[in-house]
Amino acid sequence: MRPTLLPGLILTAVALGAALLSFVWTPWDPGALAVTQKLQPPSAAHWFGTDHLGRDILSMLMTGARTSLSVALVAVGIGAGIGVPLGLAAAARRGGVVDGVIARLNDLIFAFPALVTAILFTASLGPSAMNAVLAIGIFNIPVFARVARAGALSLWTLDYIRAARVAGKGATRISAEHVLPNIASLLIVQATIQFSLGILAEAGLSYVGLGAQPPTPSWGRMLADAQTFVTLAPHVALFPGFAIVLTVLGLNLLGDGLRDALDPRLKGRLA
Amino acid sequence: MNLLTVEALKVTIGSQPVVENVSFSLAPGEILGIVGESGSGKSMTALAIIGLLPEGACAEGAIEFDGRQILSMEESDLCDLRGDGIGMIFQEPMTALNPLMTIGDQVAETLMVHRRMRRGEALRIARDRLDRVGLTGDRFPLTLYPHELSGGQRQRVAIAMAIALRPRLLIADEPTTALDVTTQAGVLALLRDLARSEDMALILITHDLAVTAAMADRVAVMKDGIVVEDRPTEALFRAPAEGYTRALLHASLPRAPSAFPKYPPGVAAGDGGSAPATDAAGALLRVEHACRSYRLPRPRPFAPRPLRAAVDDVSFRLEAGESLGLVGPSGCGKSTLARAIVGLDRLDSGGITLAGTAVGPDMPAPARAAMQIVFQDPYGSFDPRQRVDTLIAEPFHLTGRPAGWRDRVGEALTDVGLSPGDGRRFIHEFSGGQRQRIAIARALITRPRLIVLDEAVSALDVRVRAQVLDLLERLQERHGLAYLFISHDLSVVGALTSRCLVMDAGRIVEDGPTARILTAPRHPATQRLVAATPKIPPGWLTPEENRR
Repeated sequence: MRPTLLPGLILTAVALGAALLSFVWTPWDPGALAVTQKLQPPSAAHWFGTDHLGRDILSMLMTGARTSLSVALVAVGIGAGIGVPLGLAAAARRGGVVDGVIARLNDLIFAFPALVTAILFTASLGPSAMNAVLAIGIFNIPVFARVARAGALSLWTLDYIRAARVAGKGATRISAEHVLPNIASLLIVQATIQFSLGILAEAGLSYVGLGAQPPTPSWGRMLADAQTFVTLAPHVALFPGFAIVLTVLGLNLLGDGLRDALDPRLKGRLA
Repeated sequence: MNLLTVEALKVTIGSQPVVENVSFSLAPGEILGIVGESGSGKSMTALAIIGLLPEGACAEGAIEFDGRQILSMEESDLCDLRGDGIGMIFQEPMTALNPLMTIGDQVAETLMVHRRMRRGEALRIARDRLDRVGLTGDRFPLTLYPHELSGGQRQRVAIAMAIALRPRLLIADEPTTALDVTTQAGVLALLRDLARSEDMALILITHDLAVTAAMADRVAVMKDGIVVEDRPTEALFRAPAEGYTRALLHASLPRAPSAFPKYPPGVAAGDGGSAPATDAAGALLRVEHACRSYRLPRPRPFAPRPLRAAVDDVSFRLEAGESLGLVGPSGCGKSTLARAIVGLDRLDSGGITLAGTAVGPDMPAPARAAMQIVFQDPYGSFDPRQRVDTLIAEPFHLTGRPAGWRDRVGEALTDVGLSPGDGRRFIHEFSGGQRQRIAIARALITRPRLIVLDEAVSALDVRVRAQVLDLLERLQERHGLAYLFISHDLSVVGALTSRCLVMDAGRIVEDGPTARILTAPRHPATQRLVAATPKIPPGWLTPEENRR
């Protein structure tokens, strides 16, 4: 096993576990205000301390993980769900009109800076977690389309694709039966990377107030709220910051480890 | 005084021994052929000599080169030795060169690294070395990039790199296996000539005994990591002592060509389906005035894109149950023609009909089921993520899966000499020869009338190749198949076909009985092909072997 796979798995599992656990249990009610208890340092009662309104930071982080992970997950789903079929279609009709149109559409989306357009998007449609998901998801489409197209192109020159064509199978069927399973490992790795970028993007949008709206807890907004108290109570900013960094790091390590673990060419050497 | 002495060499990968107790020696200027099949340990022996064993491999014993022990040398000393004292050429010329460097710089690099020469001086010597391998300055300036050269020319560049410093030992690991026969003959002649004129010892590693006949002073035969026989070439060919050597030798001999017609047309053909076996005039496949050309890149901006005719006015017919050979060097257009015949690509003009139905990318499925293809590469021909029975059943897409499809798959596996239980395994569990059998099973599953064999045995070891050829012959008898057998190698085509077409530069230049083409070729292109085929001198063989 690659050295990066295990830490990646553990970090990702912690974030995911916290999000799932928050549905049934959090140490405190993440929305309960207790102004008398504000800005308390970590203690036995409040492990990660409290914020400027006296809310329990650990409980907020756990519920916030829900927002971050679900926004990133749906965004990856949108990107892969639309991008992969487009990429497969482009590869199946390489050099043709379909390929050209898809390539130019990709270029069009890539030409705009992702976060700026996401801000424009949420600013014009109104800030909400749903609009943040849409904005991030749209920018995932060309990424997946390109990865799928590049992976599929090299497969289309192989004899087993030719054998399938001699067997009378059409491009759609070949893409689904032969191409997709063989580029799946590429796509899984790309998905973990886009997932971590999605978490960052959601945190960024929430930080500027364009993501999830109060009272829905969000790591990005926790950071934004905490910045005025950074000198007074650094832990209020540190914990959400750590949550973002460690989750993103975990996903990147997982992606790295998966890429090696899923690559059949490397299998012999890793065993 | 020996240049190289290998004593009790043992190489293990993990706990698996791949070379055991190999000993031989090599005098300066001597040519040693190491012959063996895939997995016999011949490449590992070579890599041990040059200190390039893969990670995890461990060598024991002693290798002495020019008075120095190679196995105990430091990596930095080995770096000095490689390229300077020992040069090496690998099998695959397409990946042996850096695509971003000019051929001049690649040859000069060795000189600059080892002799600390300045670039200008190194390039001058590189020019000289490239001239030596037949890439003369007027046609091959130093500024060419690898993609501008053919496979044989690239292999010559690789040789120029290996001999840039006039090493005393050159190791050539299957240097011609990826080349067609005409190119192979040129490269082999060059290697022999270099060894003779520069007093360079040469280790020629190959799976084909016939290649060593005209090249080597001595031949070592390897099997399962052991040298089974090591003797002077002529003695070994005249009287092979070991059964294994005899088996290899038999596989290298030309086989008796088939008699034509084996079956009256239409009688044995087709044990399934109801489409007519032939068209009105009695032909199964008819190619008429087929033309196909490719657009080349613009020679300069805004210039019109020139056309290159890959297939140029080709016409022929193939009877039911016949096996027809199609031979020609790389780039003569035979693969383009094959793709058009199985309906993967369109023609620019002309027509192809199979039993009266027009062939093309949109031909009806039942008509398409009458024709299947077997490809060259046993490794790229199968989806690695599907099980063998699913792979074999793929052509059922054309006809619909019959109720007993699993039995049909089992039957096809038995037909090709595997067991029905193999259907549940994955393709990576099979060897190259077995994979090619599975490819044949896949082609048989719809009970076609015509199978196109596109270099189907070119990637196999000679002995496995002979077995697959036997299998193809048996299957033809049993199922009344017609074969279109495409290859660059006349000896392979001669084994299986009764009639043969020779293709050169997009045109059919000769058409006649295979036996006649092999013995009395008329067209210059055919004569070149026949002359290039490696042969064991008839005097070295027994009368019985000669009759085959």
